[in-house]
Amino acid sequence: MEGFMVNSLGRSLDGRELLASILVWSAAALVTATFCWLLWDILWHGLSQISWTFLTAPPRNAGREGGIGSIIVSTALILGVCLGVSLPIGIGTAVLLAEFTTEASLFGRFTRRSLDVLSGVPSIVFGLFGNAFFCKTLGLGFSILSGGLTLACMVLPILIRSTEEGFRTVPAEYRLSTAALGLSRSTTLFHLLLPAAVPGLLVGLVLGVGRAIAETAALIFTSGYVDRMPESLLDSGRALSVHIFDLSMNVPGGDAHAYASALVLVVLLLAINGIASWLAEYCLHRRIVTV
Amino acid sequence: MSRWPIDRFLLWLLRGTATIAGAIVLLIVTFLVMESLPVLQHVGISRFFTDPSWHPTERLYNLTPMLWGTLFAMVGSVLIATPLGILSAVFCRYYAPPAVARPYRKLIELLAGIPSVVYGFWGLVVLVPLIGSIHPPGPSLLAGIIILTIMILPTIALVADASLANVPQQYVRGAAALGLSRWGIIQGVVFPAAKSGLLTGVILETGRAIGETMAILMVCGNVVQTPHSLFDPIRTLTANIALEMAYALGDHRAALFVSGLVLMAMIAALVAAAEWISHGRIYG
Repeated sequence: MEGFMVNSLGRSLDGRELLASILVWSAAALVTATFCWLLWDILWHGLSQISWTFLTAPPRNAGREGGIGSIIVSTALILGVCLGVSLPIGIGTAVLLAEFTTEASLFGRFTRRSLDVLSGVPSIVFGLFGNAFFCKTLGLGFSILSGGLTLACMVLPILIRSTEEGFRTVPAEYRLSTAALGLSRSTTLFHLLLPAAVPGLLVGLVLGVGRAIAETAALIFTSGYVDRMPESLLDSGRALSVHIFDLSMNVPGGDAHAYASALVLVVLLLAINGIASWLAEYCLHRRIVTV
Repeated sequence: MSRWPIDRFLLWLLRGTATIAGAIVLLIVTFLVMESLPVLQHVGISRFFTDPSWHPTERLYNLTPMLWGTLFAMVGSVLIATPLGILSAVFCRYYAPPAVARPYRKLIELLAGIPSVVYGFWGLVVLVPLIGSIHPPGPSLLAGIIILTIMILPTIALVADASLANVPQQYVRGAAALGLSRWGIIQGVVFPAAKSGLLTGVILETGRAIGETMAILMVCGNVVQTPHSLFDPIRTLTANIALEMAYALGDHRAALFVSGLVLMAMIAALVAAAEWISHGRIYG
């Protein structure tokens, strides 16, 4: 498609056409320049601070000195709780929506609709809810557990959507042939559909992890600010994103380490995005063709 | 439905997980309502709009300055990000040579994944001083609009790109065969055919702009006032919750949950609008 449109450029350089070209190219240039500026700024200021000690040492003097060791541990624990809860619920729901309900069923429609709304809920509202439900009503207090559970609610829609997509890429003949062989639907699910849907599930998992580590607003009032090394899941723990926020807003002179933490976070997310698009492009394709 | 008991068991198990997943939204709304009920009962809804100011510790609960803050920041950023994002998508599909279009699309995907706190931090250390040097104080509605624009631009660009890709090839070829110029094709054929997808993109980005908290909290100055110029500091509903939740007690806390409910209502309206667009006969 691009071919013939590029060819028509030489012919019709009248005023309106030229103006449109200039507008489109300058919009793209503006977007690219802004983003390069942002990434370069973080790389430039952050890279000089990064060292092995920075990654492993606990923060001292409110984070101005020391490192982010305990913060990385808290982030990992919050992520672990989040995935431990959201994966079983997400996979179960996706299986039900993709394999056991029709488009028209009332239950399926209700679940889908409420997941659509859930994916649009602002993260600060998740924070309010997590604070009221997990911290106060369930009595978990400001803890890694509350934070992880709040994030689990938040990543569910993404997780379910991509897992469901994974199931939909499995050809219908698989189900028909196992039914013809007289296998139960559970056998079909565990031995055939689930392995074939793994790539979709992985994409969902990686996207969910990305969303969870990027989150700040939902964690401030659920997992809290404490930057010590957490001793149990009921301790408060500070996530990496909360650390950046705290260093830049509440700690005068914390900018240098905020830059370094931001760099760590961005690199983590870039790696995660890379894995997700690799999975989506290569694995998902190959799986459909060769399984 | 099945003669195997294990199938029936599995089905109930799956229904259980789906019920949990589906019930979370209801649970969120229930808790927001329950927590805000005390203040709604003995203060009333109207005082959230008619009180002289927002001084929750003195029992004054006027949310309107924050509502204006949210609204101005949202409208400003959507007005800038929509044309930029759509032009970005047009660039990718119809202007850039393939060798440029692919990395450009990757760049946009990458930017969609950068956390809001990083955008906020960059805004705080780079953008705010820059604006401050032009027109003090620096933290302002303008800074908020710029940061929000950068944050929601990838959303609209990616959705617009996907909906341009869905425009049937024959339309474009037919228009080209009729001798329409490139911009003529885009304006006269592609945009009308992709209208519903583009509108959905605008709605999605609006939702993100309303719900964004951290970035806007970091660059907007957080003074509770109705802004009179682009350089006035503002406070949005989301920032207000994030700032005051830490020490809010009693009615004050309940009032913050009321602003959470207001945000939920805005998002619900947007989801309904998106639903209406995707089911309406806009393709017609």
